[in-house]
This record gives sequence, C-alpha cells and structure tokens, in this order.
Amino acid sequence: MSANLNFVVAYPEIFVLTAACVILLVDLFVSDRQRIVTFLLTMVSLLAAAFITVQYGVAERVITFHGTYVADPMGTVLKLSTYGATALSLLYSREYLQRRGLFKGEYFVLALFAMLGVMVMISAASLLTIYLGVELLSLSLYGLVAFDRDNGIAAESAMKYFVLGAIASGMLLYGMSMIYGVTGTLELSQIANRIPGIGLNSLGLAFGLAFLVVGVAFKFGAVPFHMWVPDVYHGAPTAVTLFVGSAPKIASFALAMRLLVDGLGGAVEQWRPMLVVLAVLSMAIGNVVAIAQTNIKRMLAYSTISHVGFILLGVLAGTVQGYQAAMFYTLTYVLTAVGSFGVILLLSRQGFESDALDDFKGLAKKSPWFASVMAMLIFSTAGVPPFVGFTAKLAVIQAIIGIGYTWLAGVAVFFSVIGAYYYIRVVKLMYFDAPVDNGPIQAGVALRTVLSANGLAVLALGLLPGLLLDLCARVIS
Amino acid sequence: MENTLLVIVLAPLIAAILAGIFGRFIGRAGAHTVTILGVATACVLSILTLKQLVTGEAQNYYGNLYTWLVSDGVQMNVGFMVDRLTAMMMVVVTFVSLCVHVYTIGYMADDPGYQRFFSYISLFTFSMLMLVMSNNFMQLFFGWEAVGVVSYLLIGFWYTRPTAIFANLKAFLVNRVGDFGFVLGIAAVLYYTGSLDYREVFAAAHHAFAGKTMEIIPGYAWDAITVTCLLLFVGAMGKSAQMPLHVWLPDSMEGPTPISALIHAATMVTAGIFMVARMSPLFEMSETALNTVLIIGSCTAFFMGLLGLVNNDIKRVVAYSTLSQLGYMTVALGVSAYAGAVFHLMTHAFFKALLFLAAGSVIIGMHHEQDMRKMGNLRKYMPITYWTCLIGSLALIGFPGTSGFFSKDALIEAVSESHLPAARFAYYCVLSGVFITAFYSFRLVFMTFHGKERFDTSEAAHAHDSHAVADKHDDHTHGHDDHSHDDHAHDDHGHHGGVPHESPWVVTLPLVLLAIPSLFIGWFTIGPMLFGDYFGSAIVVEESHNVLGELAHEFHGSAGFVEHGITQLPFFLAMGGVFFAWLFYVKLTDVPGKIASAFSPLYKLFENKYFFDDVYFAVFAKGSRNLGQALWKVGDSIFIDGLLVNGSARAVGWFASVIRGIQTGRLYSYAFTMIIGLAVTLGWFVLHWLR
Repeated sequence: MSANLNFVVAYPEIFVLTAACVILLVDLFVSDRQRIVTFLLTMVSLLAAAFITVQYGVAERVITFHGTYVADPMGTVLKLSTYGATALSLLYSREYLQRRGLFKGEYFVLALFAMLGVMVMISAASLLTIYLGVELLSLSLYGLVAFDRDNGIAAESAMKYFVLGAIASGMLLYGMSMIYGVTGTLELSQIANRIPGIGLNSLGLAFGLAFLVVGVAFKFGAVPFHMWVPDVYHGAPTAVTLFVGSAPKIASFALAMRLLVDGLGGAVEQWRPMLVVLAVLSMAIGNVVAIAQTNIKRMLAYSTISHVGFILLGVLAGTVQGYQAAMFYTLTYVLTAVGSFGVILLLSRQGFESDALDDFKGLAKKSPWFASVMAMLIFSTAGVPPFVGFTAKLAVIQAIIGIGYTWLAGVAVFFSVIGAYYYIRVVKLMYFDAPVDNGPIQAGVALRTVLSANGLAVLALGLLPGLLLDLCARVIS
Repeated sequence: MENTLLVIVLAPLIAAILAGIFGRFIGRAGAHTVTILGVATACVLSILTLKQLVTGEAQNYYGNLYTWLVSDGVQMNVGFMVDRLTAMMMVVVTFVSLCVHVYTIGYMADDPGYQRFFSYISLFTFSMLMLVMSNNFMQLFFGWEAVGVVSYLLIGFWYTRPTAIFANLKAFLVNRVGDFGFVLGIAAVLYYTGSLDYREVFAAAHHAFAGKTMEIIPGYAWDAITVTCLLLFVGAMGKSAQMPLHVWLPDSMEGPTPISALIHAATMVTAGIFMVARMSPLFEMSETALNTVLIIGSCTAFFMGLLGLVNNDIKRVVAYSTLSQLGYMTVALGVSAYAGAVFHLMTHAFFKALLFLAAGSVIIGMHHEQDMRKMGNLRKYMPITYWTCLIGSLALIGFPGTSGFFSKDALIEAVSESHLPAARFAYYCVLSGVFITAFYSFRLVFMTFHGKERFDTSEAAHAHDSHAVADKHDDHTHGHDDHSHDDHAHDDHGHHGGVPHESPWVVTLPLVLLAIPSLFIGWFTIGPMLFGDYFGSAIVVEESHNVLGELAHEFHGSAGFVEHGITQLPFFLAMGGVFFAWLFYVKLTDVPGKIASAFSPLYKLFENKYFFDDVYFAVFAKGSRNLGQALWKVGDSIFIDGLLVNGSARAVGWFASVIRGIQTGRLYSYAFTMIIGLAVTLGWFVLHWLR
C-alpha cells in the first residue's frame, strides 16, 4: 500500500496549509501599519502554490492516501483558477479593507483556509474528503462574512448563512451516510463500481442521491436552496462578497463533478431530472427577481443564481461535452464576476459603498474607461458576443441540444433574454443618466491596472475562446 | 492578359476612391484628372484587348482570380470571362464613360459636388466593368447591384431637391422588384445546375434542365427552364426598363445630364440586354420565355415611343426614345437575334449618349431651361451642338448609312424572319415604331434648333454690354441652385434667359467624338458582328431560331445593305415621320394643338403615361404604406409593443415583486423553503423513480 501514500501529488495542499499557518504566526509580529507584509506574503504564497501545482501536476489521474485523494489534470486547472480568483479578489479588496479598518491578518488566513477547502474538494476522492473540504470552506466563509463584526447586517447574514449552511451540511452528510449504507464504501470510484450491482431501484440509493443533490444545490445556491445567496451577498462587506462569489463557485463545480459524475455517474438518468428542475427554477427566479433589485450586490446575487442554472445545464447533459462546457462556463463566470465586483470596489471609498444601482449613474462621464470596462463585463455576463459570456452560453446550449433537450435550450435562451434587461440597464445608467455621485475614484494603480486587464481578458477570451475551450477539452475527456 | 484585365477594372475603382475620399485634398482639377486618367487607361486597354481578340493574337480569357467563399461545395469566385462579346461591351462602356468624364468638366463646372460626381461616375464604370467581365452569376449580381447603387446615388445627386429624392427612391424600389426576380433566377440556376459558374452552367444546362418541371401553384407544372429564364428576364426588365417596370427611367432624368447619357442610355440600362445575350444558351431552351421576351419588348418599343410624341421636356423625350429603343433590343433578343440586339446596343450607346450630351449642351446653352417650347432656332447660336444632334437623330431614326440604320434595319428584318407565334405582333410594333421614332426625334430637332426663337432675349438685349459678366455669374449661381426644371428657380436671379451660347470645348469635344461612331461604326461592323462569326461561342442560337443565319444569305456587304434598305418600308416610314414632324413643327405650328384637342382622351392618356404611375401609386405605394401603417398600429404598437414588450415587462415586474416578497429576510422561512424543496425532491423521486 506504500504506493498509495503519494505525498508529491498533494504538495499544493500541504504547502497552502503550511503557508496559512506561517502567515498566521508572522501576522502576530507585524504592527497594523506593516500589515502589508501579510498581504504580500499571502500573494507570494499563492504564486508559489501555483508554481508547485504546475510543477507537480499530473498527466494522468492518480489516486492516493488510500483512495481519499485524487489528482488529475482537471484538478490542476481548477486549482490554478482558484489561486487566480483568490489572488484577484484579495488584490481588489486591499484598499477597500484598509479604508474600513478591516485590513487584518485574519482576513488573509481565513481566505487561505477557505481556498484550502476548495482545493480539498477539488481533489476529493472519497465522501469523507468531500465533507472535509465542504466544512473547511464553509466555516472559513462564515468567518469572513462576519468579519466586519460591528456591522449588524453583516452579522445577521453570517448568522443566516451559518444556520442554513448547517442544515445543508446535515443533509449532505445524511445523503452520504445513505450512500455508504447502500454501497458499503466511501470511495467514489468504488461507489461507481458498485452501483450497477445494487441496481438503480434501491430505495436507499434514491434517498441518498436526493439528499446529496440538495447539498450540492445549496453549495451552488440553486433555487429553491438559494435563499442565503442574496442576503450573504448583500450583507457581507463587498470584499467578502467578491470572494464568496469567486473561488467557492469553482468548488461547487468540483463538488458536482466529483460527487455526481465520478461517484454517481451511473445514476445520471436519475439525477438529471432533478438538476433540470433546479436549473430551470434557478434561471427563472434568478433572472426575474434580479430585475426588481436596486442594490447592485443583490442584483449580482440573483444573477449568480441564474448562472448557476446554466452551469447545472452543462452538468446535467451528462456528456463529456457538457462537463467541458460547464467547466468553461464556471471559469469564465468567475473571471467576469470577480471583475464586476472589482468595479464596485474601485468606485467605493471611505463611507461610500457604491453598491446601489444609482451609484453607477453617469459613470461614463466620470471615468469613460472604467465605464467601458464595466460595460464589457456586464455584456459578457448577459451573454452578448463577442464577449466570453456568449461563448460559454453557446457551449452549454450546444451540449444540452446534443442530448436532445432542445426545449431546455429554448428555456435557457428565453430567460437569458429576460436577464439581458437588467444587465443592460446598468449600461444605460452608466452611459445615459446624469451622475448622482461626483466623488473621484480613489483606487490605486495596481487595482486600476489589474481591473482593466480583467475587463480586457473577458473580451480577449470572447474573441479567442479556443484557448480555454481546448484546455477544458484536454482535462475532461 | 490577367493583369491587363485587372488594371482595366481597378483603374476606375482606384480613381473613384481617390476622388471620393481624398477629393478635398486633391481639389477639383485633381479629381477630374485622376478619374479621367483612370477611365482613359481602362479605355485604351479595353480597345487593345478587343483588338487582340479580333486579330486572334489572344485567346478568350477565362479564369478565377479569387475565391470569395465556398459554401456547401458552391464556389463563389471573383473571376473574368473575356470573349469578344465582353470586349465589345468593355470598349463601349469605357469609351462612353471617357466621353462623359470629359463632358462633365464643362457641365458640372460650378457644382459644389464636383469631386463627388467624378467619384460616382468612376465607381459606376468599375461596377459596370465588373458586371460585363464576370465569369459567374455571383459577380454578375454584384455588378448588377453595384451599378444600381451608383445609379441611385446619381439620380439623387442633387439631394436637396425633393423631386430628385423621389426619383431615386422610385428607381430603387422598382429595381427591387426586378432584382428580386433576378436573384430568384440565379437561385434556380444554382438549384438545377449546382454551379454559379457560366461555363459549368452552360455546359450542364441541357442535361440539368431536361424534362424538369416545378410546381409553384399546385396542379400547374411549369418547365424549370422557362421559369428560370423568366425570372432572369424579370431582372432584365427592371434594369433595362421594360414595361411594366419602366416607370423609373423617365424620372431618373432628375439626375445630372452626363449620367443620363452614361447610365440611363448607354450602359447600365443595357445591362439587361447584355445579360440575356450572355444567357443565350439558357434562353434558347425555352420558346415560352422567348415569346414573353418578344411581347414585352414590342410593347415597350411601341407604347413608350408614343409617349415621346407629347413630351416637351427635351431630356424626357430622349428618355422615352431610350425606352423605346431598349424595347427594340429586347425584341431582337426575343427572336433569338442576340447578335442583332447587342449590335443595336452598341450603336445605340453611341448615338443615344450623343443625343443626351447634345441635349445637355442645349440645356447649358439655354441656361438650364429644358422646355422645348421655350427654344427654337438654336442652330444659329449652337452650330456644333446642332450638327452633332442632327447626326444623333439621323442615326436614331435609321437614316441609311448611319450606324442606327444598320442595326435597326437588320433587327426589323430579323423579326420578319422569325417563326415564333408572337413575331407577327412584334413586327407590326417595331415597324410602326420606326415612324414614331422619326417623328418625335425630328420634333425635337425642329422644336429646338429650327423655327422661331421662342426664348426671351429682351432682358439680355438692353444689357448687352454687361452680358458676359452676367452670363458668367449666371453659370456660377446655377451651380449652386437646384437645377430645377421649374423656371421659378431661375426667376430668382433676375436675369433669366439671355442669348443662348455654344458650350465650351470640353462639352463639344465629346459630342464630336461620339458623332463619329454614330455615323460610321455600323458600316464597318455589321458584316462581322451580325453575319460573320464575330461572337463565336459567346452566343448560342438553336438552328430553328437562327433568323440572322437566314438573313446572312441575302447579305452582300454594307453597300448592298444600304441599297436594299432604301427600297424597303422602314425607310419610307422614317422619312414620313421626318416629313410630318417638319410639317407640324416648322410649317403649320398650330396643327399639333388642334390635334391634341381633337383627340383629347388619347392625349390625356399619353400625358399621364398610360396611368402607370398613378396605378402604382394607388395600388403598390399606397397599399404598402397602408399595410405598413396597419402593421405598425396593430402589429407593432398594440401587439408587440403593448402586449408582448410592455405586457411581458409588466408581467415580469409583477412576478419579480411577488418573488421578492418571499425573500422575507427571516431565517425560518428560508429554512422552510429548503425543507419544502427537499420534500418535493424526495416525494417526486420516490413516485417517479421507484414507481
């Protein structure tokens, strides 16, 4: 069994864990004015993690630690994207946190632990590992949401998140126990092997699967398990919202892939109808209710819900093409969402959150460049060519048409059209309305540069989607 | 050869771009220099190409230069097919275009849109060359549309004039009808032969169309080839202004006169004729199509000629004569005398361009007066214009020896030889057309150049010393005003009228240049073009239709043809026409008025152009406006805007506010929703999966 203790493939997790602990300790010895050291150390750790991940990346699927840990090319790409999303959100958050007195070492440590949770989920090969990752991520996120602890709204939303998350974790765990009971194993590959022997008519399998799907849906924030999303997005400090909206989405995708595809792929006919319902409800509720929002963070929360519907469409296709499309969608969505929240952070300043839709009025007059960056991001989110959001939607729709669900493609397009309304309303506010807020943009050079690059990346990927599409196709096959 | 052809096509295009986009930098002189150089290059090279082809130094060129796109195995290429038919068209187009370019220097001298005008006519030359030199249907269609666009731009050149805008819109809309048929025809060709390439289509045509029928109306099977040819011919009807799609051509006279000569007489309107001649392998396969062509052509030739009798606007008379002559060419196509049609096309291009430019010269001389009733005895003032115009008119009526005589006489003979059912009718139409043509042509000549001076010179008389200055000023202001036919525009200047004067050399030189081929070209070319094998394989005629072949037996040289011609009926009809024109418009000038009042219903019919315009306005224009109005009011405002757009927006808004209400912010309701969701999932699962 010694071959099963392959530490090399787990170096990224080991490194991030060590780095998080080191940073926690180092942070004790730096004063508030030198807190930038913590920040820089975190960034360096992310860079080093990326380096290690690439260096020890595997070309083939490797399972180790007695069937609890899996390393595969998909995991490598997802982890790298996670580092990127984390780095971007920390970079965008720095000034925001500094101005609000939230620039503390714990913030970075929590973010790193949350990221570690994501990594564990990505590399999970057994039900227990999955649960470990889910809890590590969730607990860190609860802490982050409540980070501004004197803020009533933030505390309230953290509380809601925690309670609902606990219920969901309970359901997930309950489902896992049933699956374990039916199959007698925790290893996903073994579960996959044993399902044919048990037969799909097993009541235990049915109940277990239902609970697992509910758990996954909660992590994704799919309707009707979405209630926490708007409150958390709205209540948390924008910097935290940004983080909640980025890396954990990759984790949710990984969770779905590991649990539903790797483990329960044999029962695709059974979980597909559930996901269809979840996806349709998510697209419908997400897009429609977003229209009624006046707070842009809340609006983006509902937008997230609708995008989750699209990601689920790709997953429920149950084909390689569908998984690739879902992965492409997830990665590009995260890139776009990070950028959108980045713009909110860019516009905010001391005592001004810039999170109402009206705060975007007349942005084009104040800052034509960042108005156009925001417009690019918004158009991409709405799925307007030539931005990458269009390619992503197209890939997903192709995948579901590929399995003959043309009506579902029609539904998806229909709700995208409804969604276009509230996205383009933001553009209208920026370009056609008179400014309400006349304060200057205070953000520094780093934020401006990276945010501009982020906006342009959305355009570049839209023009040349082949690069990322090929990558997704290479790692999922 | 390939490079030569490219230069021929691209030289005018480059010149057009230079004059159009950089017109402001290169100035007026720059614009006309560069475009004339471009067209002159094209003209010289075209003549060289023609010479090489005739002498046999060069073979017919056929090749693709560029593949634009390949769709489902269908290649869409840019390529050239240059045989003698093409080469002749290239020479005609570039030569007339060159003359018009030079002429424009004088005609548009003071117009603020000088560079724009030169850019347009060069662009037109490019488009027309693309059309005639094409080796496939796609490029033919490109050229077809491109000349249409330029024609549209030029008819509305004086875009501040409502009448010009009306005319160009009308031309545009009417041509849509024709082009729609044309593109359907091309689609039919593609459907049956699987190719857009001339050579492949013609090679495959016999096999591909043999016995094929299509049922557009269930129960009526039509020959595929007939439908295809008729659709293609609809395109020709639009572009070559055949009844009932002719209504745009008279109105196109709103454009500046040089373009009337170039586009609406010599070249673009003959594109339809050229196209049908090019498609002779297809048209030969359907007698039904040929008969239709014949009837349409004869009606146009006869009825449009009649309208020339009652018009007083000098340009419109020439325009109606153009319509009538296009009818003649179409008749020739109908009796399979394609060579005759193309021959008449060539001679007509020269003498009709000449007539238009002469009319333009008169208009300049008369200070932008176009009403012939206000002219008279101009030969005294404008001798060069008079003589060249006379030559043009003689050619038009087919006076023995002139180029028009050869083409028209041969054409009428060809009709008389044809055995098609419609040929009898066509013969009488073209024969009576000869009389009508002669009458209105010389009516124009006599009213304009002979008889009493009916223009008002009084003002100029007592301001004679300052005339030169006033005249100059007059020309100058005309450039800026709206060139209207309406005389009130000129009354504003306060020195309307004045003594007519001969035009500058840039105007008269093209007249002389065009007068030469108008007189002589028929004599030298009738032998090879009509009865020799000049066209070779470019034109295909079935043995049973070969009317020109019949005539060839009786042809013994040009002199013999003239000798034979003056003993024939058409000659006497033409002379009769001239005589009556002289009688009515020089001798007994009060007779026309009396005749008009005696036959007032008929006169009204002519004056209103057979009410074509009125019917089109009442039915199509008004009908489509009403339809649009109805669709807008009911379909757009009520249904789409009101119900679908606003209605759905309201519904979504309402729905959103309801759902938003569910998001209470209370934890227990959130948890409750989740539990409900789980319960539904489980319940459905158990019911559905385990049954």
